[in-house]
Amino acid sequence: MWIYEKKLEYPAKICTTNPKLAKVVITQYGGPDGELAASLRYLTQRYTMPTGRSKAVLNDIGTEELAHMEIVATLVYNLTKDASVRDIKAAGMDGYYADHDKALYFVNGDGVPWTAAYIQSKGDPIADMHENLAAEEKARATYEYLIQLSDDPGVTETLAWLRQREIVHYQRFGETLEHLYDYYGKDHYFFMGS
Amino acid sequence: MKDTQKEKLTKLMAEEFTAIELNLYLDTHPQDKRALELYNQTVDRLYALLEEYERQYGPLSNFGLSPSSYPWQWIEEPWPWEMNFCDREDNEQCGYTKKS
Ligand SMILES: [Fe+2]
Repeated sequence: MWIYEKKLEYPAKICTTNPKLAKVVITQYGGPDGELAASLRYLTQRYTMPTGRSKAVLNDIGTEELAHMEIVATLVYNLTKDASVRDIKAAGMDGYYADHDKALYFVNGDGVPWTAAYIQSKGDPIADMHENLAAEEKARATYEYLIQLSDDPGVTETLAWLRQREIVHYQRFGETLEHLYDYYGKDHYFFMGS
Repeated sequence: MKDTQKEKLTKLMAEEFTAIELNLYLDTHPQDKRALELYNQTVDRLYALLEEYERQYGPLSNFGLSPSSYPWQWIEEPWPWEMNFCDREDNEQCGYTKKS
């Protein structure tokens, strides 16, 4: 069960009408390393985690990612809502406009629609946790590229906050991986013997 | 949405964010007594803020977690994505954190 809270997790700031920026930011909505992929990945992996702790981490971070998806949607919505068709055309967002007007849809920066093939749920908790660590790092890198592309100070600030959350999630998943190794009583070596 | 309401809402958002952060930390450090104490203190502060805010402005959550006065307040706007917290003075849509 989920309960909706009628507020954002972070006070998103948008200072400009900027379809050009919206066109790239949308990748964190429906792109390969975006928030939809993150939330669905963790929420679907949680069923086969072996301990209360690992179930909690996936449940809670998956839920927080849903709130991040809403923040990214808020950025895209506000960056485009006052844009004219002329602005949209100039920003190269006309292909998107033809299919969706200014509605929110799950695509990456090039308009490729979201696919479940972006995520995995392996049933092997250690393999899943490694995927999640990589996912957080890829999301962090994406936010860094978006910050480089942003010319809106409010959006930059919001993206910087989202980037920080990926770092915290990476940390929590790293601790969970250690916990899983302990749980299975496994040693873990990151090098191959010769 | 008036400035005073937005100010109260941001305070509440900050408090809930503290709870989220401590919650995730406690998931992987369940025996950290200090963090647990901080979490429980945050819960108390958050509850107090929520109670005050909702009494004044209506429910922040639905499905039975918060009562409504007449008429049904849940449908009131703005919805979260319609609030812009940009503080640039020249942006008409924003102005919420504007210091006067
Ligand atoms: Fe994340």
